[in-house]
Amino acid sequence: MINFNKFYKLFNIISACLIVISILLLFFKGLNFGVDFKGGTLIELRANDKKINVISLRDSFNNMNLGNINVKKFGNENDFLIKIEKKDRSASSIEVIKKNLSDNLSASFNFRRVENVGPKVSSELLKSGIIAIVLSLAAMLFYIWIRFEWQFSLGAILALFHDVIVTLGLFSLFALEINLSIVAAVLTIVGYSMNDTVVIYDRVRENLKKFSEIKIFELTNISINETLSRTIITSVTTLLALISIYLFGGEVLKGFSLAMIMGVIFGTYSSIYIANPILVKLRVSQKTILKEDNE
Amino acid sequence: MLYFSKLRIILVSLVTLFLVFIASSNFFDSENSLISKRINLGLDLQGGSYLLLEIDNGPIEIQKLQYTTTFIRNYLKDKKVIFTDLRIEDKSIFFNTTEKDIKIIESFFIDKESEINPYYNQYKSHQFDLTIIKNEFKLTLSKYGLIDIKTSSQDQAIEIVRRRVDEVGTNEPNILKRGNNRILVELPGLDDPMRIKSLLGKTANLTFRFVTKKSNDTFGVETLQFEDGANEALVSKRIILNGENLLDAQPQMNNQTNETVVSFTLDRVGAKRFGKATRNGIGKQLAIVLDGKIVSAPVIRDAILSGSGQISGNFTFQSATDLALLLRSGALPAPLNIIEERTVGPDLGQDSINAGVFALLIGFLLVIIFMFIKYKIFGLIANVTLLVNLFLLVGILTIFEATLTLPGIAGIILTVGMAVDANVLIFERIKEEFKSEKNNIIAFDTGYIKSRTAILDANVTTLIAAIILFFMGSGPVKGFSVTLAVGIFTTLFSVYFIARMLTSFYVVKNKEKVDLI
Repeated sequence: MINFNKFYKLFNIISACLIVISILLLFFKGLNFGVDFKGGTLIELRANDKKINVISLRDSFNNMNLGNINVKKFGNENDFLIKIEKKDRSASSIEVIKKNLSDNLSASFNFRRVENVGPKVSSELLKSGIIAIVLSLAAMLFYIWIRFEWQFSLGAILALFHDVIVTLGLFSLFALEINLSIVAAVLTIVGYSMNDTVVIYDRVRENLKKFSEIKIFELTNISINETLSRTIITSVTTLLALISIYLFGGEVLKGFSLAMIMGVIFGTYSSIYIANPILVKLRVSQKTILKEDNE
Repeated sequence: MLYFSKLRIILVSLVTLFLVFIASSNFFDSENSLISKRINLGLDLQGGSYLLLEIDNGPIEIQKLQYTTTFIRNYLKDKKVIFTDLRIEDKSIFFNTTEKDIKIIESFFIDKESEINPYYNQYKSHQFDLTIIKNEFKLTLSKYGLIDIKTSSQDQAIEIVRRRVDEVGTNEPNILKRGNNRILVELPGLDDPMRIKSLLGKTANLTFRFVTKKSNDTFGVETLQFEDGANEALVSKRIILNGENLLDAQPQMNNQTNETVVSFTLDRVGAKRFGKATRNGIGKQLAIVLDGKIVSAPVIRDAILSGSGQISGNFTFQSATDLALLLRSGALPAPLNIIEERTVGPDLGQDSINAGVFALLIGFLLVIIFMFIKYKIFGLIANVTLLVNLFLLVGILTIFEATLTLPGIAGIILTVGMAVDANVLIFERIKEEFKSEKNNIIAFDTGYIKSRTAILDANVTTLIAAIILFFMGSGPVKGFSVTLAVGIFTTLFSVYFIARMLTSFYVVKNKEKVDLI
């Protein structure tokens, strides 16, 4: 048996620090929102000439006076991703850009993907993304409250909150792009982390009924250990699937799978080191769960 | 109990075989397979364009106010009440009256049978909200008055958009209402939306009006630019004909001038009016105005009584074809703005499918190898279950003809990773049971029963996330939530029916064996 409870204090401090740092990062550095949430134009193009590189593309785009531009390589040798923060939407159309580009660099380009999101739509998407995350947290809180007790509900939500905040904090730290699929990833993280917490909680509840003399401090440790092999195996299989998406699933899914990989790791950690210490702090005992059965 | 009735075994097998059969129909040509249902590929996988259009209702609101103002003027004159200073300001209609007429005029507007301020029974509201301050009446479009304007302009606009898209002839376009002032256009397989975008960007409001020199024309005049932007002309506001009178329009080569023109045919009313106007206006210039710009302004040489004519302008064959198309499909009630556009080329879509399928295969392979090493024979059972689960998932998506997107493929891969969780929970529980229970059958049975609540709770929470994602998410993300949600149900089915059945067969056969798992 591993004494997870020996490290409750230490990891609580670490978690608190992580959350504070993440919030500070989100507050001061902010998130790197993609065109979905910020508006603007995204072009994924493939050059039919090997001479084309990021620098020549950037120069060419800068000459078109489109405002703030970001050019980067995207997957293959000749694939590039261009983001244009277009303030004035009517300024120039994709067709004009395409023509200017091939004239300037005397090469032909295949525009493989074009996304153009107006400011109104992007703010709506952002709003609905935030609502979706908050709503799902609330729905889970409610579900756990019904299935368990409020103490469990609080522990689970704090664990979820931790996972979401720290994942976003890492996205902020490395300036990774936040787009629609990241919102999907965050919601899946919420589901996964909850899944993990619930399995351990389920065991805690079972053990609480079984052993009245064991203190919650010990009891959580027993429960974590009993479910440990499951926790590890499921995390491993999920990570195997996610890593294969990250490595082979193409550029578009990279951000999504990366967020999920981080989320799975944090989710597993938080089920052990946040969800359980909360039960200890709240002095959950046999009475807590038996109360319900008597009513 | 590890006992399964014959009926149950047969039912489970039938359902499974049926779904596997349906799922496999996706991999064969539709002509050879019995089932025509197929998973639709999202625009991000098959390539295509997604356009979100917003109707600019501002001009319509103003039109409505102008129309109502005229109506009020005539109505009040008719009723012989005193009113002064009737005007439109800040999107409201104002007028003043005298003390004694306030009550009478108020009743004209708040009566449920009111002719000038229609009452909507279903909303319990009038078209206009009325406020009276001293002697001044103020009429503002009510919330429902605005909704009424929006929905009716949306209804008209979607019809015109549909006609224009159909005329261009893309395959299986998807045109839907969004909210009450937006239209979503999905064009699968279209990798260059430029032409459609420019067609949808035009209101195509066509009018025929005389060019005039006097600025005191009874109907009012306005200065309009020519399309080339170089010249302008003073044009009467009196409309002789508009696009609604057009029966047909086609691009044509004019043999004499070798110019491309758009020839048009008018309906009976239009032909009559056109004939009369051209007979009286010989020698005058007739301006053909499209969306506020003069296309051309030919001089009338003869009365045109045939009800057909030609529009010339500096057309290429393409622009003449487009103009004819716009005229045939009719004018939009209000301008449309493209507020969101996503286009994916077909080769990128194919690349995404290839990458997604490859990632799925690798992920699946890694998981089944891991499970086999960890649980041996039971790992094998879990793996068979997982494979069946995949087919079930694809089968159900096929039945519903769901749309598979790239995030949707990610959802399937994620299901592969997470689907083994239920089996792992059960197997681990059984292992624990073996510590206190020596009877194989009882240990397995208890393991299944005791792990049930955890599995249920765990899956319900994921399902909650998927459902919220479905209702809040848009486009590709929706596809992800669908596969995730369906994946949860197929997982539970395959774990509790298929895996459990296979396990029970094995355990019952080996009930004396030690260290079974």
